[in-house]
Amino acid sequence: MNLHRRMLLRARGGRILMVFFCAGLIGSAAVPAPATDALDQLMTRLRQHQHGHVSFTEVHISNILDRPLTSSGELFYDAPDRLEKRTTRPKPERMVLENGQLSFERRHKEYRVALADFPQAAPYIEGIRATLAGDRPALERAFRLSFSNSGDQWTLSLIPLDAHVAAEVAAVRIDGLSDVIKTVTVQRVNGDRSITTLGAVLDP
Amino acid sequence: MSRRAASILVWIALLAAAGWIVAHAHYTADLSAFLPARPSPAQRALVEELREGVASRLILIDIAGGEGAQRAQLSQDLATRLRANPAFMSVNNGRNVASEIDRRFIFTHRYLLSEQVTADHFTIAGLRSAIAESIDSLASPAGFLARDLLPTDPTGETLQVLGQLSPDTGPRSEYGVWVSANGSEALLVAQTRAAGGDTNGQEQAVGVIEAEFGRLRASIMPAATGIGLRVSGPGVFAVRARATIIREAIRLSVLSSLLIATLLMLVYRSVRTLALGLLPVVSGALAGAAAVALGFGVIHGVTLGFGVTLIGESVDYSIYLLIQARRGLEGNAAAAWISSFWPTVRLGLLTSLCGFASLLPSAFPGLAQLGLYSMAGLLAAAAVTRYVLPALLPEQWAARPLDSLGRGITRRIDRLQSYRQLLWLLPPLAVAVVYAHRGELWNRDLAALSPVSVADQQFDARLRSNLGAPDVSDLIVISAADPDAALHAAETVGARLSGLVQAGELAGFETPARYLPSLALQRQRRDALPTGDVLRTRLRAALAGLPLQATRLEPFIAAIEQARTDPLLDRSALAGTSLASGVDALLAQRGDRVVALVPLRAPATGSHPFAIDAAHVNAALGAALPGVSIAVLDLKHESDALYAAYQSAAIRLSLLGLGVIVTLLLLTLRSIARVVRVIAPLILAVFVVSAALIASRQALTILHLIGLLLIVAVGSNYALFFDRRIAPADAGERTTMLASLFVANLATVLGFGVLAFSTVPVLSALGMTVAPGAFAALLFSALMARPVAPHGVLS
Repeated sequence: MNLHRRMLLRARGGRILMVFFCAGLIGSAAVPAPATDALDQLMTRLRQHQHGHVSFTEVHISNILDRPLTSSGELFYDAPDRLEKRTTRPKPERMVLENGQLSFERRHKEYRVALADFPQAAPYIEGIRATLAGDRPALERAFRLSFSNSGDQWTLSLIPLDAHVAAEVAAVRIDGLSDVIKTVTVQRVNGDRSITTLGAVLDP
Repeated sequence: MSRRAASILVWIALLAAAGWIVAHAHYTADLSAFLPARPSPAQRALVEELREGVASRLILIDIAGGEGAQRAQLSQDLATRLRANPAFMSVNNGRNVASEIDRRFIFTHRYLLSEQVTADHFTIAGLRSAIAESIDSLASPAGFLARDLLPTDPTGETLQVLGQLSPDTGPRSEYGVWVSANGSEALLVAQTRAAGGDTNGQEQAVGVIEAEFGRLRASIMPAATGIGLRVSGPGVFAVRARATIIREAIRLSVLSSLLIATLLMLVYRSVRTLALGLLPVVSGALAGAAAVALGFGVIHGVTLGFGVTLIGESVDYSIYLLIQARRGLEGNAAAAWISSFWPTVRLGLLTSLCGFASLLPSAFPGLAQLGLYSMAGLLAAAAVTRYVLPALLPEQWAARPLDSLGRGITRRIDRLQSYRQLLWLLPPLAVAVVYAHRGELWNRDLAALSPVSVADQQFDARLRSNLGAPDVSDLIVISAADPDAALHAAETVGARLSGLVQAGELAGFETPARYLPSLALQRQRRDALPTGDVLRTRLRAALAGLPLQATRLEPFIAAIEQARTDPLLDRSALAGTSLASGVDALLAQRGDRVVALVPLRAPATGSHPFAIDAAHVNAALGAALPGVSIAVLDLKHESDALYAAYQSAAIRLSLLGLGVIVTLLLLTLRSIARVVRVIAPLILAVFVVSAALIASRQALTILHLIGLLLIVAVGSNYALFFDRRIAPADAGERTTMLASLFVANLATVLGFGVLAFSTVPVLSALGMTVAPGAFAALLFSALMARPVAPHGVLS
């Protein structure tokens, strides 16, 4: 019986989680490379990072709740497609994306779901992964991109192209400094919003 | 009409009848031949499980080759196709199978299905803790569903039910589908609608899987090379075994017929004589198969394979006639043979019949079939030799003299006879060998009889361990008068087992009540729901301090009001959901009872990893429930016990058979000394063959044991000819007799010897026992016979 899986996956809010979950890339050795424009240059620099390990704080603002929810923990990334989110507060929880599959625990039970079972979210997840991996062609297949920068600071906005995804997620905004992602903001169509702030670089 | 024509006509009529019966018979090759015909209750449960239980219906599927994503795609597409096929009750590949129908059903009936639903859950404290948890989870990895469900299901019952229904453990998975431990194969488990014992149904199911896979592979990726599919499981084994046994039966029959025909051609030097000599064999094989079809309704493949041995033995009778028959005083060679040799052949036939008859009362249908097949076959072959062959032989016919062959054998026998004292060494030697290996004489595993090849068994074991061991070996069988009583008992059993799970004695268990709670439990849950007004009041208090306004939960209050009047669920309410197949797999009508199965999962760690202490489980089950029978069934233990029972029965039957043969000889020969002289070489042959088998590290099975009995039953045919009253005094006749015995023995050895090379363990065990045994029986009989007077003295 795996009834829960598709149900969980179909959950629209899931996509937000995916973004938070996937949003942690921190680099140590950025290698400058020739680029045609600023975004390509950023992508090239992001691509250099094989591993990332940072702390995060996430603020979840829901219009159904009277006040925001806050959680924190650590994020791990291994190029090109392994992502792990370890929440330590308010409750310890763990979620991993690897080999096209998400796994997470709830009430001492492990759940494993295929990314492909989440058709609206698959391109979306792919977008985050692609940002981390510096894979611009993959990003452009799923999103309308807009990029702006001023000095070392930059902002990458992703607007979903897929109608199913667009019906749920208005936009994903990634703010960074140099080759480091600082915050990931997900704005949902229903008004909910989550802001993940990436913090200190931790030991690999 | 002459007597000649009459006997030929009767023969042809009987042959035609037998042929018709055999052509219309049913054939099988599953383990049923090795299951008891009159089982005890525990055995009945075992047999039912093996024939039609959950485990028997599982087909394990393995997709190997190509790339991970391709395999996952094929796995998913194959699962989708198979789920749409009525041959399968369920297909699981690790990917969620919940349809929109499932999700709607679970959401709609969450208050009847959730284990959390108790009166306490809806107190102020209960509501507060459940709602607080849901709010917390909004920001957690698993919380994405909670956001949309919060207004209607703030206590998280939908997620709770989904959690209840998800497996506690599972195989490794990649791209969302189950894969082997090293990730190189995608794995699926299909449950067939056909019972495991329904070999035709299983064959169809396997065919569907292979055809669908072939189509998918071709359509999805025309260029895909190297991606292949393998299936395993009890039903697959039965299908494969039937094919193997039938193929082997045909192959071995053809091979042994060719060998024997070549031998006889060398001896007879006449195609016509050869053809005549084979008539009793064909008649015997047909008669045997027809007798089994009439007596048992179904012919087991192994019986058919055994028919091969009958070729070697039933040809003996015609060999005696066609070699020994000399023109006597009356002028007709056949008539002369009948008057001088037939009584001895008849006595040999009778001892063989006694040996095989001792298999008839076996509780082991496979053995009983072998017994009946052989009896009918030998009787027919002997009768055709005695009544039909003489009628078919030309008036002036006489056997071709085999003097040179006979003289050669005689010389060698005479020479060996001077060493016959050495034979006394053999019994103590054999006893010493048996004693040295006394701890490892018997193979105690029912699987030893399984026609499944070792490679297939290993592949199956590997798949099962990769799939997290869904190999049902321990289960609780609940039998009740109706489905609801069975479900209620399953819930009681589940509650009593939970202590064992907490103590680590069990890793867990599966129960049909997981998918469909009993009516009593559903009623209890429904009764635990408060009225809307009460709930509204409690929510105000419960939400104090939480970031959620009570006004947002009006949909929740409406849902509870609705649930308080919803009808309870029965099996028909589940129709169309995958919960239905969950129930059907574990809850089934068997006769006038309903049987619920609670498979147990052994812990992987602890004081007894991978084992379940049935005594502990029994103790935990405690007091009996009225009108319900509950039994803990350890399938492995039961099947081993069953096999041990067969083994002791086989020993008893073999000794009984030996006793009957000795009695028959005593009645006919009327002299203890003569009987001892006939039996002694046979017993010696049995000793030597068993010692040789044991020394070559063959763990003996029932079939070896039956083989030993056959050495006596078959060997007595040769031994009798050396009896001092029967053996010809004339040196020339003795030479002919030795030649005929040698040829007949060689035919028997060829028949059984070919069997020794079979890949079917049952058949090879018989072959490797009887072939050397038959030869040893003849050799020892010849050596131990009273030496004849030196040449020339009598003349």
